[in-house]
Amino acid sequence: MSVTRVAAASAMSPQAGQAEAAHVQLTGVTKVFAGVQGSDGVHALGPIDLELRRGEFFAVVGPSGCGKSTLLEVIAGLTQASAGDVAFEGRAIAGHVPDGIGVVFQEDACFPWLNITENIAFGLHKAGLPAAEVHARVEQALTMMGLTGFAHHYPAQLSGGMRQRVCIARTLVTRPRLILLDEPFGALDQQTRLIMGEELLRLWRETRATVFLITHALDEAAMLADRIGVMSARPGRLLDIVETRWPRERDSRIVEDPAFGAITARLWRSLREESLKAIGKA
Amino acid sequence: MRFFGKAALLRIAVVLALIALLELLCRTGVIDNFTMPPPSRIAQDFWHLLIAGKHFAAILKTLGNAAIAFGLAIVVGIIAGAVIHGFAGLREALEPLFATYYAVPVFAFYPLLIVLFGLGEIPQIIIAFMLGVIAVIMNTLNGLDRVPRVLLKTARVNRLTPSETALRITLPYATPYVLTGAKLAIAYALIGIIGSEFIMSKGGMGFEIAFAYTNFDNATMYPLILLILVASIAANSVLGYWERTLLGRRGQQ
Repeated sequence: MSVTRVAAASAMSPQAGQAEAAHVQLTGVTKVFAGVQGSDGVHALGPIDLELRRGEFFAVVGPSGCGKSTLLEVIAGLTQASAGDVAFEGRAIAGHVPDGIGVVFQEDACFPWLNITENIAFGLHKAGLPAAEVHARVEQALTMMGLTGFAHHYPAQLSGGMRQRVCIARTLVTRPRLILLDEPFGALDQQTRLIMGEELLRLWRETRATVFLITHALDEAAMLADRIGVMSARPGRLLDIVETRWPRERDSRIVEDPAFGAITARLWRSLREESLKAIGKA
Repeated sequence: MRFFGKAALLRIAVVLALIALLELLCRTGVIDNFTMPPPSRIAQDFWHLLIAGKHFAAILKTLGNAAIAFGLAIVVGIIAGAVIHGFAGLREALEPLFATYYAVPVFAFYPLLIVLFGLGEIPQIIIAFMLGVIAVIMNTLNGLDRVPRVLLKTARVNRLTPSETALRITLPYATPYVLTGAKLAIAYALIGIIGSEFIMSKGGMGFEIAFAYTNFDNATMYPLILLILVASIAANSVLGYWERTLLGRRGQQ
């Protein structure tokens, strides 16, 4: 892929020049789910070695059932790896979610009994912040996510896309340094996905957080990420890491760029075989 | 319009028609007045009973004890439900017992309770509590079972302790289901108190109704029965309204 790009350098993370340890470091991470009543365990994942650079947008694609979500849960500290090490900001993750990580799930994770404001402020309850600061952060998140008119609505009154925005806002107000997203737009229609993708890019630029996105949509990965990890069929391993070299300032119109087609094609080349395996045809 | 939709109007019409039928049967002597006075007469007696305040102490005792039994059933039921939900082994051990619980005639223990605690209010409250608490536990468990996994993951992402998770996520989620149990617990509390007052007691509405019955005092018996009905339906409606409000917010009405 010989795409010359003037702005390519800006795709690098802000601290790329410094010799800094990886923001997230996975070494030989493996996950085997214990078998039920004497049957063999299921080897779901790994071994995986991966470094996430501070401030980068990393996407993972892979055939269904390849352990993408398991990988995310291991990084988040929601699931313990069977073998290998996971470190976030140089500290090992052991059995609980470390401070500074936010997770957005595919399923609707809004609290149906709380209104939108209360939903967004949920994670600030523990931080012991002054009420004025909580208010300011929630207001900012409402504005950022285009939810200002809905502060006192309940989740059931909102569309699926808006509820997912509430969940993203709820994560943002805690100011995470690493945001993990597990197919956050999986349940949305294509147009909404594209718009939500643009919003995600904007948030990523503004918050300077490291973003780790799992998706099954190759075009979504190609459009959003700095780097794309391609996973194999189960047990999920990293087959390839594709660098997109997009400028940091970008939006969904990037799909018109010839490089976009080339990246998507390369992803599919790596994945076709694996997807066939996943549905038992290879 | 919700209260006066077509179905609601029909419902009110059915109830009014039944009352009118009773009135007619009583007035024409099909039901003689020693058995039951006409509803209009009961309404008059009901009003006099309230004005006179003669049975005020009995009413207060019965409704007060029912409220105590109900409160205990709610508090103990929710806490027990949350604890049992938290320990799978405990639940596995207890669940078959809950399933057969209503095969136990709780009133059979009433004489034993009187021996233990004397012929006072405590045995009655215990009976009413025992009837109601299992309904609260079962419905709390049902609600807690329905909490979506993603909300529990969200609890862990927010680093909530188990008790914070219960208070901020699982119990709020389960509240409409707990209210279903609470509505049952109100009915059971009244059944427990009034039933045991009927069987053996020194006072209360059940006692007064039984006393009026043996003295052919229809002017006291029917208004007291009516008052029990009114109290039970009123409490049930309040909880039902609360339940519908919560479910409405969730778009599940």
